[in-house]
Amino acid sequence: MSPDKIAIKGIRQGLLITLGEGDWSAGLLALEARLGANPAFFRGGRVALDVGARELICSEIDEARALLAHHQVELWAVVSTNPATEAAAQELGLVIDLGLSHPRAPETVTEGGEEPVVEGMVVRRTLRSGQSLRYPGHVVVIGDVNPGAEIVAGGDIVVWGRVRGVVHAGALGNEDAVICALDLAPTQLRIAGHIARSPEERRRKPVPEMASVREGNIVAVPWNGSELRRAG
Amino acid sequence: MGARAITVTSGKGGVGKTTLVANLGVALAMQGHRTVVIDADIGLRNLDMMLGLENRIVYDLVDVIEGRCRLRQALVRDKRLSELFLLPAAQTRDKSAVQPDDMMRVCEDLRGQHDFILIDSPAGIEQGFRYAIAPADEILIVTNPEVAAVRDADRVIGLVEAEEKGPPRLIINRLRLDMVQRGEMLDVADVVELLSIDLVGIVPEDKAILVTANRGRPLAFSRDSSLAGRAFHNIARRVRGEDVPFLSLREPGMFERLLRFVRSG
Repeated sequence: MSPDKIAIKGIRQGLLITLGEGDWSAGLLALEARLGANPAFFRGGRVALDVGARELICSEIDEARALLAHHQVELWAVVSTNPATEAAAQELGLVIDLGLSHPRAPETVTEGGEEPVVEGMVVRRTLRSGQSLRYPGHVVVIGDVNPGAEIVAGGDIVVWGRVRGVVHAGALGNEDAVICALDLAPTQLRIAGHIARSPEERRRKPVPEMASVREGNIVAVPWNGSELRRAG
Repeated sequence: MGARAITVTSGKGGVGKTTLVANLGVALAMQGHRTVVIDADIGLRNLDMMLGLENRIVYDLVDVIEGRCRLRQALVRDKRLSELFLLPAAQTRDKSAVQPDDMMRVCEDLRGQHDFILIDSPAGIEQGFRYAIAPADEILIVTNPEVAAVRDADRVIGLVEAEEKGPPRLIINRLRLDMVQRGEMLDVADVVELLSIDLVGIVPEDKAILVTANRGRPLAFSRDSSLAGRAFHNIARRVRGEDVPFLSLREPGMFERLLRFVRSG
């Protein structure tokens, strides 16, 4: 991987950002560019940084931490194959072993050139107030997304349940991302850079809906196509 | 292994945790269970007042933890119910005086001699909440039928689930029937739908709860004088594992009363 390439993976504790090999300052520049390109996706998140075999001293790691902090991202771990770098990271109070937390999903988004390979994760529980899920790929929730909970996904979001919280699909800039739910009544709906609220009127009998961006606006359409009507 | 430890918590303050612990403690003791209620709200001690035991406190929870007295010395036995004990909070300290391990140890020591340990958690999700749930075998979430209380309850349920404590159960406190009927208050179904955990009790709003608490004699002492008093006893029975149907909280109308009168005659 060249220095301007950055890989982002979703892991249990948040995101794992892997910097391409090469010069540290070039790596930081690439990171900066990546953070700046999709601020909404990273803001408020926790990040583990994989720096590969680089030998880094405390002040260099601190640079990365400051850069992330500037974008309101918390650096909590540094992964490296270099013992000197590990020691420096530990000195800064960072975790160096992700332990069980090894990436659960395979690589999800790869930057640079060709079409990204997007994978997904399935969450089989209700996301409650204060819980936040950030993942670079698609997210499927079997359960509800309660008010006060948030999902930020690089890809699509499908909720087999009620959506009452904040959901953000295509947060890495994909305007083609969609949000589907059995009952779509979120506090706020976001797709890429677009934001919408639910209508004030609450529907008595919720129907499954799919939201997508059409002509610059987020539009939610009931999922009761002709196939369903014929079957009924 | 002895007593079951049950922590009562809510996230939001003022929803009736302490009142519930006082009444539930009284109800369990009246039903013959040796029960100790622990006031875990260090620095904002209230449970003693509601039980009318304030003037009997010599030592408190922090004294026990810091080794200034033995556990038995700090337990205040209720003057009316021989099966009810209070382990009071310290009033002159704060939450930092207690660690989760301390609460686990205290509860381990209490388990042998009691049937139930009820822990009154402080509001919030910080240290006080953390140590209050640490020893719990079961957690009861108290909420009121209002959006802010339900939102905070949801947050707390999420935290409890993350601790792998097993699913908590729900008590809806201060339900006002007149307002629900007029559509001005969330009803039980709304709350249960959102929180999606098992309901273990519904307590209707009743002035008498406040009045009796002010006098230091919780409403549960007079079981059948009110719907709320019965609700507390029913919660105690459900906590014990009995299957008790929920009270019909609807006030009988004039016509129904007349009908009942005619039938009973």
